[in-house]
Amino acid sequence: MSVSLDGEKILKNLSFQVAQGEILTILGPNGAGKSVLLRTLLGFLPYEGKIIWEQKPKIGYLPQGLNQLKVKDFPLTVQDFFALKNPPPANDEIIWFLHLVGLREEILHKTAGNLSGGQFQRMLVAWVLVSHPDVIFFDEPTTGIDIGGGETIYSLLHTICEKENLTIFLVTHDLNIVYKHSTTVLCLNHKGYHCFGAPKEILTPKMLEQLFGTEIKFYEHH
Amino acid sequence: MSYQLILTLVSGIFISGVAGYLGTLMLSRKMSVVAGPLSHLAFPGVALALIFGFDISLGVFPFVVVGAILIWLLEKRTKLPMENLAAIIFASGVGSALLFLPIGKAEEALVGSITKITPWETIMVVALSLLVFYAVQRLYRKMMLMNVYEDLAVIEGTNINLYNLLYLLNIAIVVALGVYLVGGLITAALIAVPAATAKNISKGLRSYKTWAIALGVISAIAGIFIARFLNFPTGPIVVVSSAMLFLISVIFRKKSF
Repeated sequence: MSVSLDGEKILKNLSFQVAQGEILTILGPNGAGKSVLLRTLLGFLPYEGKIIWEQKPKIGYLPQGLNQLKVKDFPLTVQDFFALKNPPPANDEIIWFLHLVGLREEILHKTAGNLSGGQFQRMLVAWVLVSHPDVIFFDEPTTGIDIGGGETIYSLLHTICEKENLTIFLVTHDLNIVYKHSTTVLCLNHKGYHCFGAPKEILTPKMLEQLFGTEIKFYEHH
Repeated sequence: MSYQLILTLVSGIFISGVAGYLGTLMLSRKMSVVAGPLSHLAFPGVALALIFGFDISLGVFPFVVVGAILIWLLEKRTKLPMENLAAIIFASGVGSALLFLPIGKAEEALVGSITKITPWETIMVVALSLLVFYAVQRLYRKMMLMNVYEDLAVIEGTNINLYNLLYLLNIAIVVALGVYLVGGLITAALIAVPAATAKNISKGLRSYKTWAIALGVISAIAGIFIARFLNFPTGPIVVVSSAMLFLISVIFRKKSF
């Protein structure tokens, strides 16, 4: 698959395969086309080549730019925000998923634009999960969440993914997260370099240097 | 109460109620000014109606609807913001109207003629208002999600182009109705002001919508009676009443922090 925007080739001859139940992380420096790849897979951008789904999946998407500041001007409570979904989810289901992401149900009556960055992000994760998607696209889902909070969300995604056999496409910069929670890594950079494989094979100092262009030390925890 | 007053009240209540409701969607799209340009597009229609002596509504509707469709086509093609395109449409409307609008006879187009409304026109106003009300209610949740973040609406299965078109057509109908009530100059206020007031005093979506409709209706009733009592033109007084309510809401505004 290749994708061009305004005549410039952003992604060149990219080819990979993801099995159901995998968590694929897309890794790379800013501007490498990670979000472009996500948006192409979502069907927002034109491309050359082929994207084949075994079955038409029910898709969930958590975009990069959506935060509490974006909804500041809307008189929407969290409950209203959930009701914008099609079809609107049942109340007990909403509450169940709010608990799952570590939020209390009282938050339903708060104005969405007045939540903290972290609360809003967690709420969005619940918003995506509540329609029981088969495939989820997360574009840096833990921006603005404190360190512990980010870890919780990823562990949560990991657990749900295993339980419901979800496939997840994830863009993140957090190498620890990549190592701990993803099954496969796809790396991209501006020079058209890409690699694909298990985190253990990809996250070596040499590979990372090639990817980001500088030396990055990454220590294996365990 | 005279028969004419009842007709005026009924049509006033319906137009301002539905305008307030639609206004809540337009405000959250930062588009409430778009109604202004569209209403000015009614002027060439009014001019033609006056020159050739047919009913003003027959002149107003086609122009406003065609204007809305033009904005839609241009938005799809150029991806410019709708309010920018509306400004272009506005200029063409006023510009072409000034060329041949008989200025002396143009008062109806400027301040509306609701106090002279006929039973037949009242029925049309009520029917169209109900139609728009129903349509906006059907569009509401998906349009609101589009306003928040368009990509999410696409993922939820919304046909963005179709919804934009339906949305603009509803605006066109309300604007054309507004030209009757308050005239082309201040129709935008019917749409923009109640929503702004409602936003000041409400927290959730339900109270926002309910207040906007209620405020539209209240200012129509107040405006019609005050204008009658003081012997002023009705349209401007309706809008001034609406603006007064807005000022009051500023005082009671809920602080967001």
